[in-house]
Amino acid sequence: MTGFPRARTAVVGASTFGLGECPGWSSMEMTAQAAHLALDDAGITLDQVDGLFTALPDDFLGGLALAEYLGLQPKITDNNRTGGSSFLCHAIHAALALDAGMIDVALITYGSNQRTASGGLVSALRSSVYETPHRPMMPVGGYALAANRHMHDFGTTREDLANVALAARAWANKNPEAFRQGDMTLDDVLSARMISTPLTARDCCLVTDGAAAVVMTRADRAASTRAPIPLLGGAQTVTHKEIAAMPDLTVTGAAITGPQAMQAAGITPNDVDCVQLYDAFTINTILFLEDLGFCPKGEGGRFVSSGAIAPGGALPVNTNGGGLSCCHPGMYGLFTMVEAVRQLRGEAGDRQLDNPEIAVSHGNGGVLSSQATLIFGSPDTA
Amino acid sequence: MTDTGTEAQFLAYLSEGRFMLQRDPISGRAVFPPRLRMPGTGTPLGDWAEMSGRGTVHAVTIQQKRDAEARAIVLVDLEEGGRMLSQMSGVAADAVAIGDAVQARIVADAETPHVIFEPAGPGA
Repeated sequence: MTGFPRARTAVVGASTFGLGECPGWSSMEMTAQAAHLALDDAGITLDQVDGLFTALPDDFLGGLALAEYLGLQPKITDNNRTGGSSFLCHAIHAALALDAGMIDVALITYGSNQRTASGGLVSALRSSVYETPHRPMMPVGGYALAANRHMHDFGTTREDLANVALAARAWANKNPEAFRQGDMTLDDVLSARMISTPLTARDCCLVTDGAAAVVMTRADRAASTRAPIPLLGGAQTVTHKEIAAMPDLTVTGAAITGPQAMQAAGITPNDVDCVQLYDAFTINTILFLEDLGFCPKGEGGRFVSSGAIAPGGALPVNTNGGGLSCCHPGMYGLFTMVEAVRQLRGEAGDRQLDNPEIAVSHGNGGVLSSQATLIFGSPDTA
Repeated sequence: MTDTGTEAQFLAYLSEGRFMLQRDPISGRAVFPPRLRMPGTGTPLGDWAEMSGRGTVHAVTIQQKRDAEARAIVLVDLEEGGRMLSQMSGVAADAVAIGDAVQARIVADAETPHVIFEPAGPGA
């Protein structure tokens, strides 16, 4: 008994906006535009939104600012910030509130103009008094330490890490929205500027602008929409904030949320047709595929190097190009949800998979600190 | 010590050149960072105890900022318990590896007092 309202809510609208560079737009405007596009996609008008979920990059009280901007007086405003996983947590909370009848239409939206506005990653991370004096480059340092330990314990190689980036680029080359395209070789990744060993610049996600939104309703109402994507399961956890407090550098909270979400959905990893996960760094993909149950612990490096996650592989991962090659506006989680929805709707263009029925969306926040997993089904499951 | 939170207490000890942590009276293990009570259980923590400063490198990453020397950022497992993020001193960054025995050195006069690590000497 997981308590999750399986298939009783659905995503009925999804959008992206301004991926890559979006000069002349504020983060708020990008967030609102993604919201309008998702509502248009759902065929639902703005005045019907009574649940507002957001985590803006530059406004601690962004939920209030967004309500004002959109002209809404929501029954629920959820400004929960668990980092890049925030929006998957929002979806879980939205499902509960919708199922309980507290709200009828949930809008989850996010946008950031970090690339054109600041030229760098806008990180919400703040170091503690214990970490600050050492001036570590974070968050990359946290992921690099986890990668170092994974390589030591399991024989994972820099080439394995690089193969994650190459698979992401191969998918991005099929996605006209992806910011980084073109050929990339193993040597391009390995010989790129070293940022924090063993991670080079090509092991790190992009710094882009971008916005995304989804609209959720209860299943009864969703049934009359164009292409409802039922939410079958969801789970979230937090295991630490700073990397020194991570219980085990090679096991993330996805080992908790993956099995929980799949149990709620009534599926196993074998049922999954694609995985959209938060690849802030190449090590993320390896860790999450292990922890979500797609390969044994320690085998993630060899799994990705087998070609399994690239176009034509047995388990398509990050079919939009991911944070590594599609877009990374700072908190990427919502983009995993939009890509899962597009694949399940059959709207993914050149990168469309053959009739996928189950998609996993997985978000990460902090330095492997927060993990959240969602399981989506196809319209037929609704 | 004056009556403060444990964070201020830890830093005050460091500024006096003492590396002190609280211990869990049940397991005997030291707790880092300092807490009001045992994380996870909420049970009382024991008195502050002086650490030996001996530890083992659990993970390492080398970072180099523009116009600066490469530095080894490390996670160190303390002999008495607790894992700290820190940096290595007195050794080339690329010579630091998982499993290395290290010894704490207190930097007491910094803006924020802190602990860095050096390779443990012979016989350490």
